[in-house]
Amino acid sequence: MHKKLFALSASVLLSLSFLPAQAQETLTVYTYESFTSEWGPGPQVEETFEKDCGCDLVFVPVADGVVLLNRLRLEGGNTDADIVLGLDTNLTAEAKETGFFAPHGITTEAVAVPGGWTDETFLPYDYGYFAFIYDTEVVDTPPSSMEALLAGDVGLKIAIQDPRTSTPGLGLLLWIRKIYGDDAPEAYAKLADRVLTVTPGWSEAYGLFTSGEAPMVLSYTTSPAYHMIAEQTDRYQAAAFEEGHYMQIEVAAKTTRGAQNPLADRFLQFMLSPSFQDIIPQTNWMFPAAPTSAPLDPVFDSLVEPARALLFSPDEVADNRKTWIDEWLSAMTR
Amino acid sequence: MALRDDPLNALTTRDGRASVLPGGIAAWIPALFLGTLAAGAFLPLALFAGGSGPGELLPDPVVWRSLRFTLYQAVLSTALSLVAAVPVATALYEFQRFPGRSLVLRLFALPLALPQIVAVLAITGLYGERGVISLAVENAGLDFPPVYGLTGILIAHVFFNMPLAVRIVLGGMSSMPDEYDRLSHQLAMGPASRFRLVLWPFIRPALFSAGSLIFMLCVTSFTVVLTLGGGPRATTLEVAIYQALAFDFDPGRAVLLALLQVLVTAAAFAALTRAGGEISSGMTLGTLRSYPVRSSAALRTGAVLLIATGTLFVLLPFVIIIWRGLAAEIADLLGQQSVRDAIATSLLLGAGAAMLAVVLAYLLASSLASAAARRRFSGTQSASERLLGQTGSLILVVPPVVIAAGWFILIRQVASPYAAAHAMVVTVNAAMAVPFALRLLLPAAMTETERYGRLSRQLGLRGLARLRIVTWPLARRALLLAFAFSMALSLGDLGVIAIFGSQDVQTLPYLILQRMGSYRTQDAAGLALILSIIIAALMIVADRGSASQTARKTSRRTVGDRKPT
Amino acid sequence: MTGSSPQIVCDGLRFGYDPRNPDMHFDCVFPAGRITTLIGPSGSGKSTLLNLVAGFESPLEGRVLFGETDMTATPVSDRPVSMIFQENNLFAHLSVFDNVALGISSGLRLAPSQRATVEEALQSVELAGFGVRRPAELSGGERQRVALARVIVRSRPVLLLDEAFASLGPALRRDMLELLIRIQRQRAMTTVMVTHFPSDARFAASQAVFVSGGQVLATGSAETLLDPERTVPEIRAYLGGSGGA
Repeated sequence: MHKKLFALSASVLLSLSFLPAQAQETLTVYTYESFTSEWGPGPQVEETFEKDCGCDLVFVPVADGVVLLNRLRLEGGNTDADIVLGLDTNLTAEAKETGFFAPHGITTEAVAVPGGWTDETFLPYDYGYFAFIYDTEVVDTPPSSMEALLAGDVGLKIAIQDPRTSTPGLGLLLWIRKIYGDDAPEAYAKLADRVLTVTPGWSEAYGLFTSGEAPMVLSYTTSPAYHMIAEQTDRYQAAAFEEGHYMQIEVAAKTTRGAQNPLADRFLQFMLSPSFQDIIPQTNWMFPAAPTSAPLDPVFDSLVEPARALLFSPDEVADNRKTWIDEWLSAMTR
Repeated sequence: MALRDDPLNALTTRDGRASVLPGGIAAWIPALFLGTLAAGAFLPLALFAGGSGPGELLPDPVVWRSLRFTLYQAVLSTALSLVAAVPVATALYEFQRFPGRSLVLRLFALPLALPQIVAVLAITGLYGERGVISLAVENAGLDFPPVYGLTGILIAHVFFNMPLAVRIVLGGMSSMPDEYDRLSHQLAMGPASRFRLVLWPFIRPALFSAGSLIFMLCVTSFTVVLTLGGGPRATTLEVAIYQALAFDFDPGRAVLLALLQVLVTAAAFAALTRAGGEISSGMTLGTLRSYPVRSSAALRTGAVLLIATGTLFVLLPFVIIIWRGLAAEIADLLGQQSVRDAIATSLLLGAGAAMLAVVLAYLLASSLASAAARRRFSGTQSASERLLGQTGSLILVVPPVVIAAGWFILIRQVASPYAAAHAMVVTVNAAMAVPFALRLLLPAAMTETERYGRLSRQLGLRGLARLRIVTWPLARRALLLAFAFSMALSLGDLGVIAIFGSQDVQTLPYLILQRMGSYRTQDAAGLALILSIIIAALMIVADRGSASQTARKTSRRTVGDRKPT
Repeated sequence: MTGSSPQIVCDGLRFGYDPRNPDMHFDCVFPAGRITTLIGPSGSGKSTLLNLVAGFESPLEGRVLFGETDMTATPVSDRPVSMIFQENNLFAHLSVFDNVALGISSGLRLAPSQRATVEEALQSVELAGFGVRRPAELSGGERQRVALARVIVRSRPVLLLDEAFASLGPALRRDMLELLIRIQRQRAMTTVMVTHFPSDARFAASQAVFVSGGQVLATGSAETLLDPERTVPEIRAYLGGSGGA
């Protein structure tokens, strides 16, 4: 504790002159902070990889996946990162455009995400499906489709996230867009009546949900797994939608700087290996993107299995995101 | 209060004059600091940008809708906070001897230091769809309005800001000469006359001061507006700025929007000043009045009701926080290394930021005070004086995310931003606390300068010697309070860490968000309780630390002759 | 209570700022319709005694009598008292006229005849035409005269002055005392005046009360009590070698 305090005060005082040592055996990974939190995959990933490579793995966590990309842009290509871990497929097209990333050069046959994987720069490390989670103590019959949700009981309100500030928010927008196409604005307008509130991020919405304020919340099909495994309660369940569920695939890539660092390749290999993938389900609460060494906890088998995995290509998202968000805005504020 | 014969005239007269900053070097340091911080935020981003120019921004209806809503909710929130604060503050001033008064004042220092999300969840726990109060009202057969929308935004903003306004207004009233109190009672003024003729002239400038601060806090409100606003209809400029920078990565647009926000706020200030307000007058803790007032039972009952209502409104969300927090494994949480580290980090960074904020604010305050002393006879407040007092506060409406991004670009050139994260957090939090600390320190600085300014100069007391011999004994209470207040405020802000990112800069609020983000709502509730306790402890320590001096002050005020000749 | 002025009796008053330690003890009489001066060293309790009479402090024991009436429990606003402090007698944000008018109506609602009364009072303190000014535009002496004008319109039978003229120069102080005496004589107010200047006491007061260490040490005619040749040792020490200015 004292040591920590000393280190902290020292770095406060000397921060401007202090530069972290960049020895060759260091691998720097930019990621989002919930990945590196003590409950996230970060600590185990670090320990396992460091034991394997005998090197130093340094995580630099920023707020979330979106900020992650912007941090690279602010650095203007002159980055410390060898690996960037935590973008999703909605961002990869824009990310590629920046030119900061190098092809991974790895065979992707180990990758097991629905719809397959062909990207030459980004590699997936986990995936999940967006879903509406409901409180079984309040909701008797959850909606069985997006259509039913939009037409449903107005008294039963949902907490969702804002697509302008949050990844799940954008996920819902794309989900509706995928189902309704150009009729999406009418669907948003119906959604507006069902919405209790639109929060800036996932945490606020989920907090409203677990505190009993909102009976339904936009989250992931894997969310109930947390409650069942960590809290031993099956009170919170995901509603399965006939139209299918929109998918989120989280990816990593090496930067042009990382292309000079052999550890970067080694990390990407490691990422698709069971030693990394085993950690994911019960720390990041997502599905592994490659085989694990043992079957997942049976709870994962009990989760909603989407009828269809819905996903826009990264280019479609990049081309239309702004228009679609504006469309969402005007429909929701009508 | 043997200072000025006419504090009010001196405060309200304007007519710009002079162009040099008052107070010499002392004023330049904080001015330079705040200026550099703002410039370092805007310039690099603007140069970096290219992106969109004003031509693209101005016709955008979303921008204008956001601006309109920003102003609408900020004006309403500010007005409501002030309207609610006046009766509560008046009741607290008039009944200084009721037990628990200092507890109420300490409670009123807490809300601002809460992370917005914690407050929002507590408020929905009370007034939400399934809130304790809304359910109770509905069970009684009455309608409770839905909290989402303007209602919720206003409730939350009043919760955050009414207590602040109460403290500032109390500070304004405690600058009233003792004789006024005695005279008004001897002249047998009724409560209405006393309020109108004696109290209001001291409340009014304090309201402008509180109003300007609250307006800025509401303009930049983000989580409260989005979460309780109920939908994208309730969107502030701050949301648009965040979207532009974080989501669309359009630094040009972010800079323009942030400038728009600063300009609009500055314009609102100008309008306020024109309306006759001085917007940087002080706040203090009221001191004990030196004689007992007998008032009618009806008045006492009214005051008790007012104070009870105000206190309950502020207290209830904390009851929810405590209730939920106690359900968590507090002992277990405190045993976790990460929690202990976060507490240590919060306290260390908070103390650093508070130290810096208090130093800067005192330099500002003493410059303003000596300027005020110099124009004692001319009576006009110079333009540069206003610039110092008011513009310094504008740093509050520069979005932290813009400051963070701008400085990130700059620091990249010379050092690792990862390592600079601590310094940035301290710096930005300090800057954000300066407007608060300034308001706490200004009355003390005025007293110090007017009473002993000339004497100190004559005796050649300068720098540290003056600080030790004159300033500290006189302003200790205010300085400690400003320190505690700044520190409490500094425990909360997270904007900088979002971009700078560092595993070492895990503060308690950061940990709360992190636990919430990892499904650990219970932990978050426990941590929110711990945070509240820390802030409350800070306020108590600050009050205790200065208590002995207060006692001396009250007795000196009353025993024997006031002025040895 | 208007009409003839009462004698004021402080009967066994015990007081202390720390209630557990009532270190002051006052027994004295202020004769009806006369000026009494309260003198004594700094911190001796002169202002406290004045505040007990005005009602700004409550004694722990004893009684304050105005004539036959026990005023000990009477609120400040119900006592027939006007008080002038050393400073801040005027509300800085109100005009001179309003400051005087407060003596008639504490809500500032005045009938035309009452407005005339205020003007007359201003005239009698030689401040005719000053009504629209703000206190900040007046000199220290002028401000105290406004306070006297308010005393006039209030017409209470008891007047207390707490070093009211202490911050004025000697000549001005003398003028103010003359004005005070004139006003006092017209209304025969029972007047108690705290001062540091023995010369003021001798000039204005018929009686003097010497307070020291929270006690009344001596009472007598101002002339005798303040004569270094004839007085008690404590007063001699207080007056010092000069014998008072």
